[in-house]
Amino acid sequence: MLKAADLEAIRAIIARAKRWDLFFSLLGILSLMVGVLTFTVLFVDMAIQGVPRLSLDFFTSFPSRRAENAGILSAWVGTVLVMMVTALSAVPLGVAAGVYLEEYAPKNWMTDIIEINISNLAGIPSIVYGLLALGLFVYYFGFGQSILSAGLTLALLILPVIIVATREAIRAIPQSIHEGSYACGATTWQTVSDHILPYSSAGILTGVIIGMARAIGETAPIITIGALTFIAFLPTAPFAGDPPAGLFEWIFAPFTVMPIQMFNWTSRPEAAFTVNAAAAGFVLVFMTLAMNGLAIYVRYRLRKNIKW
Amino acid sequence: MQIQTGLEAGVEGALLKADVRELDFYYGAFHALKRVSMPIYDHKVTALIGPSGCGKSTLLRCFNRMHDLYPGNRYAGGGIVLFPDDTNLLAPGVDPIEVRMRISMVFQKPNPFPKSIYENVAYSLRVRGMSNKNELDDRVESALKGAALWNEVSNRLKELGANLSGGQQQRLCIARALASDPEIILFDEPTSALDPIATASIEELITELKEKVTILIVTHNMQQAARISDYTGYMYLGEMVEFGVTDQIFIKPQKKATEDYITGRFG
Repeated sequence: MLKAADLEAIRAIIARAKRWDLFFSLLGILSLMVGVLTFTVLFVDMAIQGVPRLSLDFFTSFPSRRAENAGILSAWVGTVLVMMVTALSAVPLGVAAGVYLEEYAPKNWMTDIIEINISNLAGIPSIVYGLLALGLFVYYFGFGQSILSAGLTLALLILPVIIVATREAIRAIPQSIHEGSYACGATTWQTVSDHILPYSSAGILTGVIIGMARAIGETAPIITIGALTFIAFLPTAPFAGDPPAGLFEWIFAPFTVMPIQMFNWTSRPEAAFTVNAAAAGFVLVFMTLAMNGLAIYVRYRLRKNIKW
Repeated sequence: MQIQTGLEAGVEGALLKADVRELDFYYGAFHALKRVSMPIYDHKVTALIGPSGCGKSTLLRCFNRMHDLYPGNRYAGGGIVLFPDDTNLLAPGVDPIEVRMRISMVFQKPNPFPKSIYENVAYSLRVRGMSNKNELDDRVESALKGAALWNEVSNRLKELGANLSGGQQQRLCIARALASDPEIILFDEPTSALDPIATASIEELITELKEKVTILIVTHNMQQAARISDYTGYMYLGEMVEFGVTDQIFIKPQKKATEDYITGRFG
């Protein structure tokens, strides 16, 4: 028989235990705010300084010695072109490597070592990739200080991200779907192309975009391979030259990218250049956020039709 | 080839469709099947019963070489001979994909692909290179009719398979297994994730299906084995303890161990 006193005691215990819930949720909010608020303050500060500077001219002008005439034309065009090379090289390589590791690779110590190293690759400082690329792409392959070298360097940098994202997306597919395909008599390639890739595409795309969002802001490896800080011309428009050689002229052109342009401006003594840097930073952050937004949207769209 | 053992009692003119011969199987170091032998009769339902971990699903998954998908699994002796062509399904030279094209499978949990109802059924035809629209339409329709699902889905073939109820999904998976016109269909506890009404419809379907195809079913439900099967094998700890005509196994088992399991004294 439950006595009133017992009930009181139980309630007291619950109340005491719940204090920890309250404590932890406060601690959690605080931890969250450290990250979110810091970013918000930085971003808002940059926006207040930079947004008034934004105008059509800012996007269509080359850098200049006079701050009020300077723009980011060569920088954003460079960023877009470098990102194109990065995506076109990193996505096929990363997805193929991820699919191979999940579906084809024999499970032995060799594969284990490769797997561990891929996770490690993601943690290597980007400047090291820059040095590697300087030796390999710029000098050994003779690509020079070009869009191609930069794109391939960033591709190397985000390759582990794409491989890991691909593998995780594939692992999220239930084993039963996998077995169902094989039980129908499908080969491994049929299983991959008819099931694995379509069902994991949302996860893969998310990983790709997150990798690209990281690459777009990278500065160190691009400086290492020798991107210029002052470019007052554009590369030939992609695929516009005389075929066949002219089509790819653009990938060997010298270039600059957004973060380098920003870095260049922040190191100038005049205050007006700091405003330019803030404006360019705002554009860069906006580009990154837009890519992340796209990732969320794409994931939402692709997952709508996938139910296990 | 007519078989003339005592097993025949009560079941007329049964032809042998496959024969498991002294099969040994290992998961890594674990000896999961120990010299298992049993016949599979043509156009009959054969049930495998036994407590969890006895090796019944392991034996079933040898029939379509599902074990080949995972490292460490080993067929260590004996084989499964498929008639009339006398092919040992487990022979090293036999391609597991060829085996799976001849023997299809329905899983424990309904596992429709996240594709349309039509594409789910058509998939087992597409892997066989069939792409003619009319031919596909016909085969999909007849498979869905065979799985008693056509009337419920004929006007919504483009919808996702996952939108169907659990029982319908399992019948969709049966249609997928049936579409390729297999010689044997394997059922791995096909009703364990379903409610009693859906279970009854699947059981009814299985008894109808034996007109067209040979059936091997694993079940942990003894009543189910008694209701739908012609032959039953009782397995325990990786061994085939007793195999016989279902009525005989359930009414007059020859072995004490079988009787203990059937009567619920054990397992």
